[in-house]
Amino acid sequence: MSAATNDSFSRVDERVSYKTPIVMAVFAALVGVAFGVFGKPEAVSFQWSNPEDFIHIPDFVVASNLVGMVVGVVLLVLAALAFVRARAARTTPMWVTLIFGLLTVVALLGWLAAGNSVPFAFILGNAVVLAVPIALGAMGGIMSERVGVVNIAIEGQLLTGAFLAAVVGSLTDNLYFGLIAAMVGAALLSMVLAAFAIVYLVDQIIVGVVLNVLILGITNFLYAQWLSSDGQNSNFPGTFEIMPIPGLSSIPILGPALFESRITTYLTYLIIPALWFILFKTKLGLRARAVGEHPLAADTVGINVARTRFWWVTLGGVVAGLGGAALTIGSVGAFGRGMSGGQGFIALAVVILGRWHPFSAAAAALLFGFSIILRVWANQVSPGIPTDFITMVPYVVTLIAVIGFVGRVRAPAADGQPYVKG
Amino acid sequence: MKLELRGITKRFGSLVANDHIDLVVEPGEIHSLLGENGAGKSTLMNVLYGLYIADEGDILLDNVVQKFKGPGDAMAAGIGMVHQHFMLIPVFTVAENVVLGNEPTGALGILDLDSARKRVKEISDRFGFDIDPDAMVEDLPVGAQQRVEIIKALARDAKVLVLDEPTAVLTPQETDELMGIMKGLAKAGTSIVFITHKLREVQAVADRITVIRLGAVVGDAKPTDSAEKLATMMVGRAVDLGVKKKPPVLGSTGLSVKGLTVVGDRNTKVVDDVSFEVRGGEVLAIAGVQGNGQSELAEALVGLMHATAGTIMLGDLDITGSSVREVIDAGVGYIPEDRQKDGLVADFTIAENLMLNKSFGPPWAKGVQIDFANRDRLADVLIDQFDVRTPGRETLAKQLSGGNQQKVVVARELGRDLNLFIASQPTRGVDVGSIEFIHERIIATRDAGKPVVIISTELDEVTGLADRIAVMYRGRIVGIVDATTSRETLGRMMAGATV
Amino acid sequence: MSAETQPTTWSTAAKEIVSGGAFRAFLSVILGFIVGALFMVFSNEAFLNALTYLTARPTDALGAGWTAISDGYLALFRGSIYNYQADNVVAATRPITETLRFAGPLIAAGLGVALGFRVGLFNIGASGQILFGALAATWVSTRISLPWGVHLVVAAIVAIAAAAAFGALVGFLKARTGAHEVIVTIMLNYVAAGLITFFFRQDYLLREADGGGTPKSDAPAETAQLPTLFGDSFTLHAGFLLALVGVVIYWWLMERSTIGYRFRMVGHNIDAARTAGVNVNRTFVYAMAASGAFVGIAAVNQALGARAGLTPDLDGTIGFDAITVALLGSSTGPGVLLAGLLFGAFKAGAPAMQVIGLSPEVTGVVQGFIVLFIAAPPLVRAIFRLPPPQKSTVIADWWAGLRKKGVAK
Repeated sequence: MSAATNDSFSRVDERVSYKTPIVMAVFAALVGVAFGVFGKPEAVSFQWSNPEDFIHIPDFVVASNLVGMVVGVVLLVLAALAFVRARAARTTPMWVTLIFGLLTVVALLGWLAAGNSVPFAFILGNAVVLAVPIALGAMGGIMSERVGVVNIAIEGQLLTGAFLAAVVGSLTDNLYFGLIAAMVGAALLSMVLAAFAIVYLVDQIIVGVVLNVLILGITNFLYAQWLSSDGQNSNFPGTFEIMPIPGLSSIPILGPALFESRITTYLTYLIIPALWFILFKTKLGLRARAVGEHPLAADTVGINVARTRFWWVTLGGVVAGLGGAALTIGSVGAFGRGMSGGQGFIALAVVILGRWHPFSAAAAALLFGFSIILRVWANQVSPGIPTDFITMVPYVVTLIAVIGFVGRVRAPAADGQPYVKG
Repeated sequence: MKLELRGITKRFGSLVANDHIDLVVEPGEIHSLLGENGAGKSTLMNVLYGLYIADEGDILLDNVVQKFKGPGDAMAAGIGMVHQHFMLIPVFTVAENVVLGNEPTGALGILDLDSARKRVKEISDRFGFDIDPDAMVEDLPVGAQQRVEIIKALARDAKVLVLDEPTAVLTPQETDELMGIMKGLAKAGTSIVFITHKLREVQAVADRITVIRLGAVVGDAKPTDSAEKLATMMVGRAVDLGVKKKPPVLGSTGLSVKGLTVVGDRNTKVVDDVSFEVRGGEVLAIAGVQGNGQSELAEALVGLMHATAGTIMLGDLDITGSSVREVIDAGVGYIPEDRQKDGLVADFTIAENLMLNKSFGPPWAKGVQIDFANRDRLADVLIDQFDVRTPGRETLAKQLSGGNQQKVVVARELGRDLNLFIASQPTRGVDVGSIEFIHERIIATRDAGKPVVIISTELDEVTGLADRIAVMYRGRIVGIVDATTSRETLGRMMAGATV
Repeated sequence: MSAETQPTTWSTAAKEIVSGGAFRAFLSVILGFIVGALFMVFSNEAFLNALTYLTARPTDALGAGWTAISDGYLALFRGSIYNYQADNVVAATRPITETLRFAGPLIAAGLGVALGFRVGLFNIGASGQILFGALAATWVSTRISLPWGVHLVVAAIVAIAAAAAFGALVGFLKARTGAHEVIVTIMLNYVAAGLITFFFRQDYLLREADGGGTPKSDAPAETAQLPTLFGDSFTLHAGFLLALVGVVIYWWLMERSTIGYRFRMVGHNIDAARTAGVNVNRTFVYAMAASGAFVGIAAVNQALGARAGLTPDLDGTIGFDAITVALLGSSTGPGVLLAGLLFGAFKAGAPAMQVIGLSPEVTGVVQGFIVLFIAAPPLVRAIFRLPPPQKSTVIADWWAGLRKKGVAK
C-alpha cells in the first residue's frame, strides 16, 4: 500500500522456557529413584483382561522395581527430548507430555501393587464411570462459558440432578422419569443463573456461589426432614442396568472397560463429540462463540445476545443435570447429603484445563476419574499409606493442574462480563 | 437509496442525546455529519442501525417508514455500518467475521466456509482491498481490519454505508485512499454517511454537511465553507484553532532515551531501538498513526512495560527498569491514554481520585492513615485551579463528563512538583472548552522549565503544541523534526518514509 | 424509597453488590423469612394432612399452616434470644449468649471474606483457613506449656498467623500463576481437611491421649482457653470480644487507612491501580493474608473456645456461612456485624427447633434465600414495587464498554 522501507514490526526469536524439561527431568529422577531404586522387589502382575472376556490377554508379570527403573529411564529420555527442543526454541509437543504422564502413572501403579495385581480393566472402567459426572458437568460448563457466562453453580446443578433423579425415580418407580426430572431441575437452576447474570446483571461468580449454598441447604433440609425418615419410599431408586454393547464390548482391554456400562455413560460418549461438532462446525456454534468473545460485535450483526446466552446456559444445565443423575441412579442409587463432594468445582477446573474444548476437557475429566478410583484401589492394595493423604489426591491433582497449566490459556474474551444494551 | 431521518429523539434518563434531528441523504451522495466529541453523532447512527430504539421520530428509506427492531432489520433494509471501534471477533478469521449473522449453511446448519471465502475474495478484489479470507483478524494491521469492516457491510449489499470516525486509525495516505474508496462507492450509487469531527476531511470529500451540537442539528453547510465557520457551528462560539505559545527557553536535558526496545505479545519489537532527548522547557511530540508503538513507548517510560534493551535517564537518574512507583517518586507525571481504564477509578470520589498515586506519604497520608483534613483541602484547591466542573469533591468520577474527568487526571499530575511530564492522547474524547484548557496547562508546564512529552495521533494537536516532533512507524523513530515541518512531510513519515 | 445512592445505570450492578443499600438488605431478610415460612409449612405433617381434605375444611389447613410457621419461628426466638418458657433467669437469658457465641466466628470469618470481596478476590477458602489456623493453635494449646495468659496470647497469634499464611498462599498462587482463586481455595479446603484429620489421627502428632480410631485432639490446656464472659453457667467466651475487636480493626483498615484505600483501588480498577504505582501482585498477597488473618480469629474461637477435644469438623459450616454473612453485610464492618448476629441467631436456635420436630436445616434455606435476594436488587425492587433506577445506559458507560472491547488490544 504505502511505499515504506520496512512494512512491519521486527520480530524477535521466541524464547521457550526450560520449565517443562526441567520439571520432567525432576519427575523422571523421582520416579526412577522412588519406584525403581528404592522400589519393592515383589512381582507385580498387570491384568489386562478378566477371565470371562472374549479374548484373553495374558497377564504381564514383572518385578515392581524393575518397572520403576525402566520407566524412570524412558522418562529421562523424554525429558532430554524436551530439553533439546527447548534449545531449538520449540515447545514440547502435547503427545510427549501425555506419554510422560501415562508412563508415570504406570510406574505408580506398579509400585503400589507390588506383590499384587493391577486390574487394568477394572481401573479404567471405574475411571470412566467416575469421570462421567465430572465430564458432563464440564460440558455444561463449556456450554455456559463459551457464550460468556461463568458458571460456578455446576456443583449445585450436579446436586440438583442427583437429588431429583433419586427421589423422582424412587417415587415413580421409573428411572427414566428420574433422569428427566434431573435434567429439568438442573435446567431450571440454570435459568435462575442465566436470569440473574443476563437480566439482572449480577456478578456471575457470586450468583453461582449463592446458588450452590442454596441448593446444599435445600437438599440437606429435604434429606433431614423427609428422605431420612421416608427412605424406602423416596430414596430407593435403584440404578440403571449395565448394558454391554454387543461387539464393542468384546474388544480386548478396552471393551469391558468402556462398553459394558450404563446408559448414562453411553449418553456421555455421544454428548462430547456432539458438542464439539455444534460448537465448531455449525452456524449455531459460530454465533455462540461470537457472543462469548465480543457480544457487542455479535449484537451489531443482529445476533440476540441475551437469548443466545440464556438458551446455551439452560441447555448446559440439562447436560449437568444428567451428570448429577449419573451420581445417583447411574452409580450408587440413593441420594446422600452433599454427595457431589466438590466434583462440580473439579468440573470447573476441567473446563479451564481443557481450554474450553469438549475433547480436551473430557480427557482431563478422565484424569480426575482416574485419580478418584486410584484413591479407592490404592487403599485396598497398599493399606500402609495414610488414607487421609490418599483422600486428598484428586484435589491436589486439581490444584497442581490449575496452578501449572492455567497461565497460558485464553478464556472466551467476554467471559464473565455482563452485556448491557442501550 | 434515499435515507431520511425525521425528528429523531433519543434520551438516556435526563440526558437528551438526540434532539429532534432531521437528516436527508440522497442516493450516491457523501453526506458528512460533523460535530465535536459528545455531540450525539454516534447515538444517532446507532439509532439508524437499530442498536438503539428512538424515543421519537422516524427513519425513512426511499420515503418508506422503517421500523427496526435490531441491527438485523437495518442490515436487511440495506444499511451497513463501519464502526469506529471495530466490531470484529479477534480470534475468528476474516471469512468468519464477514459472514457472522448471515452465514451460508449446508445441511444440519453446518457452516459453508468455502462460499464465505469466495464472497470475501470477490469483494476484496473488486475494490482492491487485498485481504486474505483465512487470516485471523487479530493478526491483521489496523488498516486492514478496517477494510474487513467495510467488506462486512458490502457483503450484505449495503445501499447506505455509515462510516463512524473511520480515519482515527489511518495514516494521511491511508485516509486519502479511504476517501477514494468512498468516492468510488458513491459514484456506484451507494449513499454514504461520513461521521467525523475533523474539518479537513469533511472539506475534502463531503457533498453536503450537517453540523450537530449538543444533540441537535445546528444547520447545514457546504464543503466550500471556511474551516472557521464550520468550527464555530460545531462549538457555538468563535473558535481560535491555533495554540499560542512563545519560543522555548531551553534548560538542561531532562529526559534521555537511548536504544529503547520493548518486545510485545507476539514476539515483535513494538518499540525498536528508540532514542531521543527532551530538554527542560520544550515539548517533544511523538506523532504517528495509532498502533505504531507510541502507547508501548509511553508505558515503558513510566515503568508499566518492561524494556528489553536500552536506557532511560531522567537527568542524572537512571530509571530504566524502575517500578512505576519509583518513577512516580522521581517526579514523573503521566496522563495515560485511556483515562477510564488507567487514569481514574470510576467508583471513587474526585478527592479519592486526586490522591490515587499519592497514598504513600504526606501530605495526603499520615503514616498508614489517610490525612482526611489535608486531602479535602488539597482536593478543593485542585478542583478550583483546574476548573473541574462538579458539585463537589465527593462526586463520583463516573458522574463527570469526559472533559472534566480528564481535568481531574491533569490536576492530579500537574498538581505536584514534576521533573518530567508525559501526556498520552491528552484530549481524546474531550470537549473543545476542556481541550483549550488542557493545552494551556501543557504549555504552562513547558514554560515553567519542565520537559514535556506529548503523544498524539491528532496531527493538529501535534503541530500546535510541539517544539519538535518525533514520528514513529512500526516501533521505530522515523525522524525527529522541527515543528514547522509541513503536514505532507509528516504524513509521509507517518507512513514510514524516512526523511 | 431512594435508599439507593447508586448511579442511574445497571451496568454497575456488579459493584453494587458490594455496596448495597441497608434497606434492601432488610427487605431481603424479610423475604428470606417468608420463603422459610413456606418451607416450614410444606414440610409440616399436620398441614400436609389437612391439605388432603382442603376443600372440605380449608380452615384446618390454614390453621395448621399458621401453627407450623409460628411454632417454627417462635422456637427460633426461644433458642436464640429469650426463652420465655424457662423457669429461671439463667436458662431464660442463655439463648442470647448462645447467639453471641455462634456469631463470633461468623463475624470474624465474614470480615475475612468481605475483605476479599472488596479487593476483587473471592475467598471461598475460609473453612480451610480456619482448619489450618486451628491446627496450629491446637499444637500450641495442647503440646506446649506456657504460663497463664501468655499461653492464650501465643496460641491466638499462632492461629491467626497460620490462617493468614494459608490465605497468602492463595494470593501468591493467583499473582504468580494466574490460578483462579475460587478453584484454588476450594481445593485447599479439602486439602486442609485431610491434613487436620491426619494430624488428629496420629498419636505422635495431635491425637488425644487415650483416643481410639476416631481423629480427635486433646482439649486445649486451661491456660490457653478463652475465658468465659459471664461465669460458668454460660458458654459465651471471649471469642466474641475478639470478633468485635476485629470489626473495629476492619473498619479502620478499609475506611481510614492507606492500605485499605489501595485494597479498594485494586478491587475497583486493577489497571488504574497499577498506573498509580500500586504493586498489584503484592497487594493480592497482602489482601489474602489479611483476609486469612480475620478468618484466623474464627480459628482462635473454635480452637481455644472449646472445653473438650476437637474433631476435624470443628469448622462446621462457618466457611460457607461467612460468604453469606459478607454478602448480607455488603462487605462493610457494621453490616458484617449485624449479619453475623442474625446468622448466629439461626445457629443458636437450632436445638429449640429440633425439639419441636422441625429440622433446623430450614434456617439454611432461609439464609440461602436471603443472600439470593441480596444478590438481585432489581428482583427485590420488583417484588416491593420500589421505584426502579433509570433503565438506561449512560453514553459514557457505553463508550467505556466499547473501549474495553473494541480497538487494538
